[in-house]
Amino acid sequence: MKQTLSKEPSRSKKIASAIFVAIILIGFLWFSVNAINLKLDFSTLYQYRYRLWEGFWMTVTISVASLIVSLALGSLSALGQNSRILVISYFCKAYVQIIRGTPLLVQIYFFYYIIGTAWGVNNRYLAGVLILSIFEGAYISEIIRGGLASIDRQQYEVAKSIGLTPAKTLQLVTFPILMARILPALAGQFASIIKDSSLLSVIAVIELTQTVQEISADNFRMFENYLFVGVLYFILTFSVSLLSGGLERRYNHEYRVNQYQ
Amino acid sequence: MNIELINISKTFQDELVLKDVSGSFDIHSIAIIGPSGGGKSTLLRIIGGLLTPDSGALKIDGETIEFSKRYLHNYRRNIGFVFQSKGLFEHLTAIENMLLPLIHAFGMGKTEAVEVSSKLFERFGLTDEKNKYPFQLSGGQQQRIAIARAVAVKPWLLLLDEPTSALDPEYTAEVLNMLGELQNDGLKSIIVTHEMGFAKNACEKVIFLAQNRIVESGNSSQIFKHPQTEELQAFLNKILEWKV
Repeated sequence: MKQTLSKEPSRSKKIASAIFVAIILIGFLWFSVNAINLKLDFSTLYQYRYRLWEGFWMTVTISVASLIVSLALGSLSALGQNSRILVISYFCKAYVQIIRGTPLLVQIYFFYYIIGTAWGVNNRYLAGVLILSIFEGAYISEIIRGGLASIDRQQYEVAKSIGLTPAKTLQLVTFPILMARILPALAGQFASIIKDSSLLSVIAVIELTQTVQEISADNFRMFENYLFVGVLYFILTFSVSLLSGGLERRYNHEYRVNQYQ
Repeated sequence: MNIELINISKTFQDELVLKDVSGSFDIHSIAIIGPSGGGKSTLLRIIGGLLTPDSGALKIDGETIEFSKRYLHNYRRNIGFVFQSKGLFEHLTAIENMLLPLIHAFGMGKTEAVEVSSKLFERFGLTDEKNKYPFQLSGGQQQRIAIARAVAVKPWLLLLDEPTSALDPEYTAEVLNMLGELQNDGLKSIIVTHEMGFAKNACEKVIFLAQNRIVESGNSSQIFKHPQTEELQAFLNKILEWKV
């Protein structure tokens, strides 16, 4: 019988492969830039460093705030979708369907100029966070609903049989199993929040993208500005994926440290 | 210990599962046998307080079991329940699975709980499996740990729902040996099983449940030798047909 060994590749092999991939990517970019005779000069960005820094932090702040609010919204609507009270269930289902079925840009205009004006929400930063949270909450709702549905019913019956209260069951059984299953998807959603926050520039929330648009109107160096800001976004999203990798290991059965030892 | 069933009925989505099941049994060890779909698991779950019957009453030592949330919650803590399979929490190691009910349902201190668990692991030769997750354990080991967990709280009754049905013969023997040992220690148990050898030799009494009711019951030594009803005769003939 043929044996397939799943051996971990050696360190040198890993490094060589990584360098190879980097050369391909950088080479492709360099070739493209040269092909259209583009001379990139990033030095002009230096004088805007304070504004860029402020925009960067605004993006981080809005994203973190939206993550918290959208997690709350998503959890509530995931539970609501399963509610036995039909009105609540329909309301949550309608929310998820409508939000997931329309572009964020449309929602930003609609909520800011129509709903926001009608209800007197004039602060564009607050409005920005709320709109983004409503949008991402619909996706998080589906992630959580799927995660809950994937848990074997028998786990609850076991919890019941050993005499756990519903609250303890949620804390000791449902939550840890759910977290292990949905963390990767949640991290991906958080990266989306960071990128989607760039659309809030259309209601003049001065985050990273809006900052760079203003700078472009000043120095006319579109290519450098947007390439640079792309790198900044990548730094943010890449940090999120590193962080989630760490968290996943914590919740993963095999890696988790034995808490009772 | 005496258990009394009075006209217990249960329907699932228009499907009648139990119809007016009645009987009084002195429990030491009882085996419930019968064809699939006869309502065995449902009856066991009602006795275990995991399901509420549509009508009828259940009495343990003369005390009526109230099917209210609060009463049942307390009732369940004193009854061990072992499922057919996947009875362990998938996100916890073997020892954590043992500790969870001791600490969080019984309020036992951690040190004491660890001591109790370790003793049971040692007794049943499971010490090497302590820190493994369910997916790393064999089906037999999982079931033995589930049984150990159920008896760790010193329940006054242990209920087992086909604990060996998902196991191959070697593991089945492993689990049944453990059960036999516990029964000899005086643990009272009701087991739903397809292992006729175990029902006959290790259990004092047998209940034959078929077509949503108790068709026949009695001492296991008698019931296998001289089945009275046609249904039980047919059932035994069928399942013993391919016996070595």
